[in-house]
Amino acid sequence: MKNIALLLILAIAFVGCNDDDDSPSNVVMSINLSQNWDETNVTAADFGTTEFTNQNGEVLKISKLRYLISKVTLYNSYGDAIELPGYNLVDISDDNTLSFTKNAVFPPGTYTRISFVYGFNEEDNIDNAYEDLNIDWAWPDMLGGGYHFMQQEGTFKDPNGDPQPYAYHNGTARVSEGVFEQNFITVDIDLEDYSINDNAIIDIKMNIAEWFKNPNTWDLNVFSGGLMGNYDAQIDMNQNGQNVFSVDVAIVEE
Amino acid sequence: MKLNLISLVFLSVILFSCSNDDSGPDYNPTEVGLEVPEIFDLLLPDPLIPANNPQTVEGIALGRKLFYEPLLSGDGTQACADCHFAENAFTDPDRFSTGIDGLIGDRNAMPVFNVAWNFNEKFFWDGRALSVEDQAFGPVVNLIEMNNTWPNAVASLQATDNYPDLFLDAFGTATIDSVLVTKAIAQFERTLISGNSRFDKHLLGEITLTDSELNGFNVFMDETKGDCFHCHGSDANPLWTDNIFHNNGLDTSFEDIGLGKVTNDPLDHGKFKSPSLRNLAYSAPYMHDGRFATLDDVINHYSEGLVWSYTIDPLMKTFAEGGVHLSPEDKADLKAFLLSLSEPEFTTNPDFQDPN
Ligand code: HEC
Ligand code: HEC
Repeated sequence: MKNIALLLILAIAFVGCNDDDDSPSNVVMSINLSQNWDETNVTAADFGTTEFTNQNGEVLKISKLRYLISKVTLYNSYGDAIELPGYNLVDISDDNTLSFTKNAVFPPGTYTRISFVYGFNEEDNIDNAYEDLNIDWAWPDMLGGGYHFMQQEGTFKDPNGDPQPYAYHNGTARVSEGVFEQNFITVDIDLEDYSINDNAIIDIKMNIAEWFKNPNTWDLNVFSGGLMGNYDAQIDMNQNGQNVFSVDVAIVEE
Repeated sequence: MKLNLISLVFLSVILFSCSNDDSGPDYNPTEVGLEVPEIFDLLLPDPLIPANNPQTVEGIALGRKLFYEPLLSGDGTQACADCHFAENAFTDPDRFSTGIDGLIGDRNAMPVFNVAWNFNEKFFWDGRALSVEDQAFGPVVNLIEMNNTWPNAVASLQATDNYPDLFLDAFGTATIDSVLVTKAIAQFERTLISGNSRFDKHLLGEITLTDSELNGFNVFMDETKGDCFHCHGSDANPLWTDNIFHNNGLDTSFEDIGLGKVTNDPLDHGKFKSPSLRNLAYSAPYMHDGRFATLDDVINHYSEGLVWSYTIDPLMKTFAEGGVHLSPEDKADLKAFLLSLSEPEFTTNPDFQDPN
């Protein structure tokens, strides 16, 4: 709710300023989120049915994938850094969450970079601060509090071919009792001076396979559950997470 | 420019519609907010109250009367409250409730509280009702419950001396219909709020819990032990439920497919709504079919009784071994913690008792 209100104000403000009809008009951008497994699109329709094979050779099925994105910021060649307010809890099973915004208004021009935070950064990851996230997204105080960054769940086949559950949950890392380490990721992607002079769609893509791949080949037989308080597992997730996101920009022809 | 204009037009429409009151002169119900517990206020979004059914003193009083009104049933013998007892946190101590014709259902009645904070607005074990109002249409015509027809229920109320006036006070019309009956009941149900247990007081710094209760909370929150918080709330979610549907490993195959029947999706078979863990001291037996008589049975289930089925929630992670095998001490502490979420005053609140 708050997010939408702010965006509307933003939109009105931008449009309101633009009282000179000759100047190039602002562009409206959608910022969407999509998921794939090594380029094959993944949607809720794949949940519980489609089998994926990870780097380590385990065959798995995903049943839940939710993750948090915040501080989405676009940088243009004039040196502006335009940050969209708010955060988005992406839930693959809920289409309404697959867009960060559908109507952000930006000045046209050459865009150099997009950055965002996977999870919350230290400043934003405040215990109990976000009412809508409190219901089922909190990260336990004993592990540093704040919120989950990702919940990926499903089943994989063990060496006997029997289904075993996995819960790949990521958040703040617990070093030892009362000692915690920030574990969010700042994703910064070069847009290669993309000129955006028309309405555009920016697609932030997560390659789920990367969570199991690089640099740490993930062995679900060893790391399938109870990972939240496991420091090594949390740090490995962070390292693998460095490569999961990429971005596509498309201009919407009118 | 266009955008501004549109929002201005929009605003004026809202303004106009606010001052638009076309009901009769006698109709002047007193609007009243919900008594939001401090801990909810701190942590949760605002409660949901539909714009077309605001809470009023008159509507709540009428709803309370109707909740305890046996005239709603086919033979005038059964009220909502005959399966939803205040002293049991508005559920039924019987495993299966008995309807007016002696027929017995196959699901355990559900406790009723904090319904305005069910942000998914899915009611019943399988989520088939989509609002509090919508839910209340069901039991009256359910064959194994009140087994009435709505025209008949409405006619019975209309024929009484007092109900037409009470509907006039609450809704501005003495002509009763099923929509108004369910609206009034829903208003009463929204006032059934439980948010002042020992654990709430602990979070607010008013009392200190015992070591056993505190350790039990840690077991609840620890992913390698109870790991209950992923579905049942936490110190950040004082509802103590996510109001989402899961298969928590009760059966290898399902007689009752739960959510699957509502969504028609085989992957939803055997999923039921996570119940709140508030007021467990009064709401036995447990689970959708009331299979567990005690909290010890429930804890033993999660600790060593889990069984695999193809929709089991991955959070039931050690199902191959039946569960995480909690130590006897952790089990006792977990139980002590769970009981700290019960609130005796909720079951005895004079505002919730039979007014008839
Ligand atoms: C014969 C016993 C019986 C009667 C009478 C009865 N109920 Fe229920 N109630 C149940 C059972 C059993 C369930 C769970 C059924 C299911 O999930 O299919 C239930 C579920 C509910 C729920 C769902 C709670 C939730 O969190 O989803 C509400 C609310 C409720 N009843 C209110 C009422 C109202 C209002 C009335 C009167 C109009 C009423 N009940 C009459 C037995 C009864
Ligand atoms: C994956 C989600 C999930 C997890 C994790 C979970 N539960 Fe549940 N719980 C449920 C669901 C769903 C039900 C209802 C199942 C049914 O009736 O078929 C339930 C039912 C219960 C009930 C019965 C309440 C009632 O009113 O009938 C209790 C008590 C309970 N759980 C306690 C716990 C405890 C303690 C833990 C941790 C050891 C736990 N749960 C972990 C989902 C979960």
